[in-house]
Amino acid sequence: MDEKITVALAGNPNSGKTSIFNMLTGARQHVGNYPGVTVEKKTGLCSHKGFKITVVDLPGTYSLTAYSIEELVARSFLVEEKPDVVVDIVDASNIERNLYLATQLIEMNVPLVLAFNMSDIAKRNGLVFDINQLSKLLETAIVTTVGNKGKGKAELLDAIVQTAQHSRSKRTHKVSYGEEIETELASLKAVLAEEEPALTRKYGSEWLVIKLLEDDSDINAKVHSEKTLDSVRASVNHLRDIFGDDPSIIIADRRYGFISGACQETIKSTIESRHSTSDMIDTIVTNRILGLPIFLVLMYLVFLLTFKTGEYPMGWLEQFFDWAGKAIAGFWPVGSENWLKSLLVDGVIGGVGGVLVFLPNILLLFLAIAVLEDSGYMARAAFIMDNIMHKIGLHGKSFIPMLIGFGCSIPAIMGTRILENRRNRFTTIMVIPLMSCGARLTIYMLIIPAFFPEKWRGPVLWLIYMIGIVLAIICIKVLRLTVFKGETTPFVMELPPYRMPTLKSVYLHMWQRGWLYLRKAGTIILAVSIVLWAAMSYPKPSAESLAGLTTEQAQQAKLAYSVIGRIGQAIEPALKPIGFDWKIGTALIGATAAKEVFVSQLGIVYAVGSADEGSQTLREKLQANYTPLTAFCIMLFCLISTPCIATIVTTGRETNSWRWALFQFFGLTALAYVITLIVYQLGSLIVP
Amino acid sequence: MQDKHLQPLSAIATGETVKLAKIEAGRGLNSRLASMGLLPNVEITVVRNSHPGPFVISVKGSKMMLGRGMAHKIMVL
Repeated sequence: MDEKITVALAGNPNSGKTSIFNMLTGARQHVGNYPGVTVEKKTGLCSHKGFKITVVDLPGTYSLTAYSIEELVARSFLVEEKPDVVVDIVDASNIERNLYLATQLIEMNVPLVLAFNMSDIAKRNGLVFDINQLSKLLETAIVTTVGNKGKGKAELLDAIVQTAQHSRSKRTHKVSYGEEIETELASLKAVLAEEEPALTRKYGSEWLVIKLLEDDSDINAKVHSEKTLDSVRASVNHLRDIFGDDPSIIIADRRYGFISGACQETIKSTIESRHSTSDMIDTIVTNRILGLPIFLVLMYLVFLLTFKTGEYPMGWLEQFFDWAGKAIAGFWPVGSENWLKSLLVDGVIGGVGGVLVFLPNILLLFLAIAVLEDSGYMARAAFIMDNIMHKIGLHGKSFIPMLIGFGCSIPAIMGTRILENRRNRFTTIMVIPLMSCGARLTIYMLIIPAFFPEKWRGPVLWLIYMIGIVLAIICIKVLRLTVFKGETTPFVMELPPYRMPTLKSVYLHMWQRGWLYLRKAGTIILAVSIVLWAAMSYPKPSAESLAGLTTEQAQQAKLAYSVIGRIGQAIEPALKPIGFDWKIGTALIGATAAKEVFVSQLGIVYAVGSADEGSQTLREKLQANYTPLTAFCIMLFCLISTPCIATIVTTGRETNSWRWALFQFFGLTALAYVITLIVYQLGSLIVP
Repeated sequence: MQDKHLQPLSAIATGETVKLAKIEAGRGLNSRLASMGLLPNVEITVVRNSHPGPFVISVKGSKMMLGRGMAHKIMVL
């Protein structure tokens, strides 16, 4: 019978943790979220020497304090789930900083294995390790690996299995925090033994007292008795007097001292450090003159990749769904009306197809992001944009999802995961729909040629896009002053050396995120599409009332009779002040499913049959019924107003809260109404 | 006694190495920077101080980028 082991992978960001995870688990991976938070949780499986191993990839962290959600999540996992082995993945070319996390894991007394990753780079930089000696000093098994080349896998698995099986002897070499702190720690241990037995049992008093001295907010909240807190406060004040600094700083210092000592004995550098290739690339890439243009070119390439190249598979998928629709309709006699047929063809295939059609775009986008991240360029890009974004009130990295928003909001909102700060992330998500997306372009392509002379067409289109951007900037400023008030995170970011991303890791990165999109967006959107379909198709007028009408006129009558049609007519009074009528209203409601639907709905309502943006007949009808001012207002409203259901759902998922999704929905709709109102009313005064 | 030579990191020229004295920031930020190696007495080498462009330092063998506001808050000797 196979024995089971759970292994948790910990490590700094940029230590190559993901490549180790991929190396161990191959394709047998699953991505989800830690309960209640938008922190990615990856688990995978592998087997070795008769053991079934579950590998959990913890979020990358520099330490295990309570100051960030990633650290809290990692810490909670270690305490609550008590994995059999913890592997700390250490960037061997950057060892001292990376070992800081290891000292914390040692303090937590978890069964530990250290993986010295990127050992090829360390070797190239001339670092020589006495692994045996270091292993003895740290009292921990150490394995050397090169994650992205798959080296060291067997040795790592051996170490894991061995550590899981053998009971550990008590540690003899520990970080010594110095006499003054050790005294306080000892006295606090005594207090804890009396006052907090439950807590001590769960976390171990060794670790608890260190956290208390560090003023850990998470642990402080868990303490029961006032006496404990008083004792801690007294100790902290006492130490502050002696050292002139917070105990947490001293403790951090002592940890690094311990590491330094261990490393000095066991690690030798044989080559003098010289100007590495990374530095040379950086002088060009972050050059004051070349930096921004290089960045813009790269962004343009990402954009091209996502949308131009994506067009081909998108086209194939569209054709496929077209065919599927016809194939299913073929089960019923031609021209027959059947609710099931309509549900399947218009509702399900229309709805599901509408979502799946985005998949190529999204995969390509995630591919591009994976390449940028893995190569190390993303860190530089964030900095280049930071100056500009900071003036608006956002972090440099926000630029990337906003750029993607010009193609489609959904991958853009999902792309905000690269923003660590919650305030920045939410603000960015809220305004992404103002980056006029590709679907809205179909509306502009219908309307602009119908109402504006050739010379004006380009400028009008450009104007619409610019209005979107300007509004976004205003909204960001407002949001940052009100709802998402607070300091922008001070900019500090590790600058990893440039690396060649491997095909395998990039591919896996891409699929992990793509699959999430499919699974989550697909289920809700399918449901909503069905609801919208029902509202568009029912109730149906009686056959007599349709007698004598052409197919198009019949379609028009049916729409007017349906729930959506009636709603459209009911809200007409509200639409009049902005220059719209019930027909536009119906099209707008339909457009909540997907913006492209606006055009086809308008086609139905004007009895033009199936229309797309190239339809000349539809254009003529529109020209006959509306003024250029109204036409401009339509585009304005579509630009600003509530994005399609898919966007709302994605916002809800990514912010983990329907409150924000609804805020976005109503906020944008209200904004659209107000602005269109102003433009229309003023316009009516100026233009006859 | 120390204050005589205390300067903000942002004033240090490219290529120079200094020692960190203190960070003028709240506990959360202090802790984060500490875990990344920025502790009192640690040696910081300024890899790049050019306006505009990133402020890059090297600490304990690893490179970091700082915003200028950040660099103002780090006091060094």
